[in-house]
Amino acid sequence: MRNVLNHLLRHERRNAWAAFLLAGIVLLVLPFATDALLGRGWVRIMDFALLYMMLALGLNIVVGYAGLLDLGYVAFFAVGAYTYALFGSPQFGLHWPFWAVLPMGALFACIFGVLLGAPTLRLRGDYLAIVTLGFGEIIRIFLNNLNAPVNITNGPQGISQIDPVRFGSFSLGSSHSLAGIVFSPVHLYYYLFLLFTLLVIFVSMRLEKSRIGRAWMAIREDEVAAEAMGINTRNIKLLAFAMGASFGGISGGLFAGFQGFVSPESFSLMESIMILCMVVLGGMGNIGGVILGSVLLVLLPEALRNGAGPVQQALFGKVVVDPEALRMLLFGVALIAVMVLRPAGLWPSAQRRRELVVDDAAIAEQEQETVYDAAK
Amino acid sequence: MSQLLEVRGLKVAYGGIKAVKGIDFDIAAGELVALIGSNGAGKTTTLKALAGLLHPTAGRLHYDGKSLHSVAAHQRVYRGMALVPEGRGIFARLSVEENLQMGAYCRNDKAEIDQDMQRIYQLFPRLAERRMQLAGTLSGGEQQMVAMGRAMMSRPKLLMLDEPSMGLAPMMVEKIFETIRDISAQGVAILLVEQNARLALEVAQRGYVLEGGVVGLSDSAANLLGSDDVRRAYLGA
Repeated sequence: MRNVLNHLLRHERRNAWAAFLLAGIVLLVLPFATDALLGRGWVRIMDFALLYMMLALGLNIVVGYAGLLDLGYVAFFAVGAYTYALFGSPQFGLHWPFWAVLPMGALFACIFGVLLGAPTLRLRGDYLAIVTLGFGEIIRIFLNNLNAPVNITNGPQGISQIDPVRFGSFSLGSSHSLAGIVFSPVHLYYYLFLLFTLLVIFVSMRLEKSRIGRAWMAIREDEVAAEAMGINTRNIKLLAFAMGASFGGISGGLFAGFQGFVSPESFSLMESIMILCMVVLGGMGNIGGVILGSVLLVLLPEALRNGAGPVQQALFGKVVVDPEALRMLLFGVALIAVMVLRPAGLWPSAQRRRELVVDDAAIAEQEQETVYDAAK
Repeated sequence: MSQLLEVRGLKVAYGGIKAVKGIDFDIAAGELVALIGSNGAGKTTTLKALAGLLHPTAGRLHYDGKSLHSVAAHQRVYRGMALVPEGRGIFARLSVEENLQMGAYCRNDKAEIDQDMQRIYQLFPRLAERRMQLAGTLSGGEQQMVAMGRAMMSRPKLLMLDEPSMGLAPMMVEKIFETIRDISAQGVAILLVEQNARLALEVAQRGYVLEGGVVGLSDSAANLLGSDDVRRAYLGA
């Protein structure tokens, strides 16, 4: 019996490795596959999908694990992006290397996370949402207006000519060829983002199972009881804000290096809402769900942009509704549909699933049973 | 007998309202003390102040030979004080097992934590059956078991129970009180806050009666059970 079990386990493990290997190969050749099959523009879209994935996973720590509703999360993305931009562009004539600026962006975002967290420690739910929403706007408005009296952020024009990510003399901003294959910047950034995304996923997974992760979830469930367990709720909540923010900061720095240009426009409230939608739609608190949510919300609008025109052409002989206008409408419908049909998200965590499966009748029955047992 | 907890002149106010107006009481190591009284007498407030969740406006709390002044709520758990809050305060979307693990948050002796977990499952076989189930889907009585088991996981010297009988079926209440006796027999001091005065005084060694934020009566549980005043006011006889 035990032998059979061991054999199965070993088999299982081998299968898992095979699956990992396969997934790795798919991810590696994906940019070239899309180039060949779907067209040139898709690698860039995948780059953005990876950036959003990092953002959504960062927000998932705050919202999904610690249960703190943050509507201003894009502010940390902005802090990371502007840190990278200010220290790696002609704006101040600073051209610090990427490996120094990116962690700095994460650190600054972290500090801003604590700055946001500290005054809101006693707030929850709607009240916290309102304050964080305001915080996100404050950051954006600051970026918009910090061009006078001293020009720091260059105001609404934004900062351009940001240095690309560079490893020594190897710049991701220009094409390189290896063994006859040409890697354009979008390809190179794809691999860089992939690496960072995997890192963020790994850290998220470790955090979820850690003592800190459990403390976050306890706070989410009942803050007073969490404190009565010996959890320093103040520090642990600040840690959630700081950790979440630092993921946002890293994503922001990568975004700045990739785009070569940042402006306050990229950090509007709508972005915060999109990131939150990715988390909620995919499945709050579940890493797989959050990844799924971010991929879908980045890819679907693009697919629609490319697909809605031709489809209408084929059906009606002309384009009736502008695909751009259709995008928001379908997005809204999709959101409502998911919330009605799958309230815990497309791919909920095992716990959320169990919670929503057990119905009241089952609980009542169980209660009866318990009373009966106690009587015996 | 050396006192585990000494409370002197404790006053607690919510905003402007004085809920506890200067009370004194003691608990010896391993003792089971009941704090009874009607709604709004200040029982829960007293407990919250002991757990550090509310800050007293005046008074002295002495625990295990040291003052509790400026000891934060979460640090008190490390000193061996465990609270089972009113309404149980279980982590609804964590499993029974995860709830129990949270109780051991202040410890890091993995092997012994696992042993204690087994002991809790022996104490409450019901929980062992449902260890992977979300605590929020359990019945009220089972949730109370989770809350008590969780508190025990911190290996407390003083267990503070806030209304453990609240909202439970009579059978379940009996079961819970049986367990309180068991825990007490293991040498854990218990401060039991209850509205159900008779039940509380039946398991306790001593009792304090709170009335309007002050201690009205204090005596051995047996004497309080026999006292005409207590019977008229709280036992309905």
